[in-house]
Amino acid sequence: MPQPVIRASNLVKKYKDFAAVGGIDFEIAPGESFGFLGPNGAGKSTTMRMIGAVSTRTGGELEILGLDPDKYGPEVRSQLGVVPQQDNLDVDLRVRDNLIVYGRYFGLPTRTIAPRADELLGFAQLSDRAKARVEDLSGGMKRRLTIARALINDPKILLLDEPTTGLDPQARHILWDRLFRLKEQGTTLVLTTHYMDEAEQLCDRLVVVDKGSIMAEGSPADLIRRFSSREVLEVRFGGGRNEEVASQLGGIGDRHEVLPDRILVYSQDGEAELSRIHQLGLKPITSLVRRSSLEDVFLRLTGRSLIE
Amino acid sequence: MSAVHEGRSTPDVATAKARRWGSWYVAEHRLRSMRAYAQTILATSIGNPVVYLFALGVGLATLVPTGVGDATYLQFVAPALLATAAVTVATEEFTYPVLMGFKWNPIFFGMNAAPISGTQIANGLALSVLARILVTCVIYFLFMLAFGAVPSPIGWLAILAATLTGTAIGLAIMAYTCTVEEDKGQMAVIMRFIVTPLFLFSGTFFPLTQLPLYLQWIGWISPLWHGTELGRLLTYGYEEPIWLTVIHVVYPLALAVFGLVAAQRIITRRLDK
Ligand SMILES: Nc1ncnc2c1ncn2[C@@H]1O[C@H](COP(=O)(O)OP(=O)(O)OP(=O)(O)O)[C@@H](O)[C@H]1O
Ligand SMILES: [Mg+2]
Repeated sequence: MPQPVIRASNLVKKYKDFAAVGGIDFEIAPGESFGFLGPNGAGKSTTMRMIGAVSTRTGGELEILGLDPDKYGPEVRSQLGVVPQQDNLDVDLRVRDNLIVYGRYFGLPTRTIAPRADELLGFAQLSDRAKARVEDLSGGMKRRLTIARALINDPKILLLDEPTTGLDPQARHILWDRLFRLKEQGTTLVLTTHYMDEAEQLCDRLVVVDKGSIMAEGSPADLIRRFSSREVLEVRFGGGRNEEVASQLGGIGDRHEVLPDRILVYSQDGEAELSRIHQLGLKPITSLVRRSSLEDVFLRLTGRSLIE
Repeated sequence: MSAVHEGRSTPDVATAKARRWGSWYVAEHRLRSMRAYAQTILATSIGNPVVYLFALGVGLATLVPTGVGDATYLQFVAPALLATAAVTVATEEFTYPVLMGFKWNPIFFGMNAAPISGTQIANGLALSVLARILVTCVIYFLFMLAFGAVPSPIGWLAILAATLTGTAIGLAIMAYTCTVEEDKGQMAVIMRFIVTPLFLFSGTFFPLTQLPLYLQWIGWISPLWHGTELGRLLTYGYEEPIWLTVIHVVYPLALAVFGLVAAQRIITRRLDK
């Protein structure tokens, strides 16, 4: 691995006695697209704020582009682009002015910012909205504007905290497409998400986090290989019978998980397992065979679903 | 490790500029936002002096034909109205916009994610409001001139006295506003129980000495009284001992510095979550 651009070891953030981040280690390589996948309250945003050099860590080591963010906050921040979980665009200013004003914070002269702002509005597919009021933008447009704003200083690292939460599928796909382009251009992306499909789409490598700790680390495919089977058979028996039926499924699949509404059977061949269930005389109301996903990895690691 | 990142001058330049000029960038941003309500600002800056100088300086003055001391009632009340206008603008700008910047339009977090520090945010807000107060006071003063309320040739210095007064009270209010996490009507309380009493009991309409002794302390701790007295001294040569004049300058200055430093610290702490 080339020299990492971000390096954390035993990174801790405590609020009073509560450890929101409880000693995590990770390294991110230049140009890499790295994700934190975890449920609500896992400590993703807290970690992002520390990486973003706006939150002082309680313990451990952290290096961003070779610098300690607690000592060199402005130096670090001048090289980052930040898309926070909550948009903090200035709703009192028009769309384009948001970019202009933000560029000034990096000491850029207006003659440099103006053409870059226009270019970024194009990139964010907002050129025709340049003079619109921020309030009049849709959620997806605001998100794209926030990303455009984060790019105004041509950052080496782009931090994205839940970039697509709350957006409809179409808006998410537009956004993913933009992030892909950045990735292709070599921008280091660090993102958090609790959507497994987002993590699978965008991340070269990710860590699964829960309750302030890292449960596993690897590429999406690698994690699925290590912590799940190739396929998953989902069967529903309805009416609270899942628990009862599950006890009769010994020997079927590599293992199974009982959820309140369905049973997941992990296997190399889902269809084969389904016919074996039928042979036992059991009749599921519905059945579905699918490939394993990061959701299954998360369930395996924590015993809980990603989205509660 | 660090060797990899050496020789990149751009971030260093950006950081150096942000360290040096960050407060100005924040002020620039605020002034740009004020442009959205520039018409209101202008309308009140012109409407206020016309209405108040006419109602009080001309209308109410008919009840006080002998004036106050050597001055006509108009001359007496005009510097107080000028200082009050400065305080009103400062209160307006240092309450809701500051609250908004943390909560409903959380731009301070955006600034801080760029290389701007909490201290620079406080300074930038102060600078932008200072500019707005100054403009308000200049316009007000021009109307005072037109009404014939300024006999002294150095009267224009009252603009600075009023600006100082507004800034002092405003910065103290800003320090408080920065601590407000939930809006439970604190801003209305500030207006009703601090700004309004200051306006009424700071020797605005009548000399402080007319008040019963047990109320005079309000004037003494009120920067508005100090600013008003200073204004009177400058606009019509109101006489007072020199030590008192020194207090009129030093006290609001001290309050301004205290308010600014407190706001810098509170903002810095609040941004570091
Ligand atoms: N400023 C704070 N003061 C006290 N506790 C906090 C603070 N910020 C976060 N926490 C707590 O730390 C934990 C981690 O919060 P964090 O926001 O990092 O989670 P997250 O993974 O980003 O969750 P989400 O998916 O909901 O955004 C939570 O239990 C939260 O309540
Ligand atoms: Mg979060």
